[in-house]
Amino acid sequence: MEAFWIILVGSLIAVSCALLGSYLILRKMAMVGDAISHAVLPGIVIAYLLSGSRETLPMLVGAAALGVLTTVLIELFHKKSNLQMDASIGITFTWLFAIGIILISLFAGQVDLDQDCVLYGEIAYVPLDLWITESGYNMGPRTVWIASGLLLLLLLFIWRGYKGLFITTFNEEFAKALGIGVAFWHYALMGAVSLTTVISFESVGAILVVALLIVPPATAYLITTDLKKMLLLSSIFGILSAIGGYYLASLINGSIAGAIASVAGFLFLCVWVLELLRKKRVISI
Amino acid sequence: MISIETHNLTVSYNRRPVLWNIDFELPTGKIIGIIGPNGSGKTTLLKAIMGLVPTSSGYVKIFNQDLEDVRSRVSYVPQRESVDWDFPASVMDIVLMGRYKKNNLFKRITKADRDIAAEALEKVNMLEFSNRQISQLSGGQQQRVFIARSLAQGADLYIMDEPFVGVDAATEEAILNLLHDMKNQGKTVVVVHHDLQTAKDFFDWIVLLNTRMVAAGPKEEIFNKKLLQEAYGGKLNVLSQVGDLMKEKAFNVREK
Repeated sequence: MEAFWIILVGSLIAVSCALLGSYLILRKMAMVGDAISHAVLPGIVIAYLLSGSRETLPMLVGAAALGVLTTVLIELFHKKSNLQMDASIGITFTWLFAIGIILISLFAGQVDLDQDCVLYGEIAYVPLDLWITESGYNMGPRTVWIASGLLLLLLLFIWRGYKGLFITTFNEEFAKALGIGVAFWHYALMGAVSLTTVISFESVGAILVVALLIVPPATAYLITTDLKKMLLLSSIFGILSAIGGYYLASLINGSIAGAIASVAGFLFLCVWVLELLRKKRVISI
Repeated sequence: MISIETHNLTVSYNRRPVLWNIDFELPTGKIIGIIGPNGSGKTTLLKAIMGLVPTSSGYVKIFNQDLEDVRSRVSYVPQRESVDWDFPASVMDIVLMGRYKKNNLFKRITKADRDIAAEALEKVNMLEFSNRQISQLSGGQQQRVFIARSLAQGADLYIMDEPFVGVDAATEEAILNLLHDMKNQGKTVVVVHHDLQTAKDFFDWIVLLNTRMVAAGPKEEIFNKKLLQEAYGGKLNVLSQVGDLMKEKAFNVREK
């Protein structure tokens, strides 16, 4: 049963990340995802200090606020002072992440947040944190419910907003000329990335969530030329990474999050080599 | 009837003006070329008309109204190079974007939208490519897809940024025929174009631009040495001298 819960949570989060990551890489914003995943840390700590609990809602609000602030800062440095995009990303997220680290170490006594846990996640603890109703009924691990809720929300967002996301991702200028609110879609997507990151924090950690955001969509991008198929395939690669990662970790008795990211990378490598061979064959024919 | 009117339009980047005091009134039902040397602000002018860049002063009226009130009657074709053609989408997906509107963005694509998109593809002779991935298109085909997307909007005014750059002869011909069809239906087409040689054949009306407006009017009035020299300055001089030299040489060869 423990294995089931861990793999389920891993898969739910992997699919959420894969869906959003597909849009991030098509918008050439993969590293913005990286930045957000790190920069939400101070938001979480501040929310924790203010609310005094590890309730999900304040943390989500704190993380979302910092996530949006990150994208605003990146754009600001980039546009107002002509700083290169990558430099502006590098400054913004390291600075915010550092503030988060300082806050954690300063309030270590009061904060039930562990630096290791924040950085590397601890998906193995998922089955321990159960949601038990007031009548004493065991609803299963809490994270499962939170991660399912997140995925449902994202599916709704992508289903209803498919056209908006599609046109602003492919050709922002044309969308603007049609009178479509380009900024709305940008910040909606960034807000979604922030939410996903903070929920993924507990399970895979701040560093490895980037792997789930970027690697499965990049793998899917190699083999498809249809956005809908890309979303589907990257979700499948995400799930495969979660399953493979769990068993790899129990085989070598290592970190589950690390194993999930490694499997994702391995899958990418396999697909990349296969594609290379296939193209070679097509040319030689 | 006036299609586009600009008044004292000025646009600057980093406080340097790229467009200075542009004042013109364009007619309807004509094919209008905006020409000028590189860096003369042609693309910026289109973007300013479409509200895509902030203006420092002046205003733009389209059909005597603000852009916001006539958006559905205006269609914009950006430069082909402005998007990533490796994007995972089919030709049909792109042309259907022409049917997207502010108020139907959350609604599904209808059968009517698909029919209109197919009709637009037919007009640019690309219907058989509708399921083709856009990464497999040639430059000319990409341009036709962009024009089909614009046609699918069913607008009255079309604003195109360099549609003739990097396209094959067949596409050039197809686009020209299309422009004439549109004109015959009473539509107005405004085209940014950089090639002086072909401009005279392509357009009825010309706006000569070089940061400020040099002249605007029917092409017969615009194509005189004085105005062209004013727009192109020294560059035109060199060009015409080269042309004269070539002629002389050709003549000499024949003489032998």
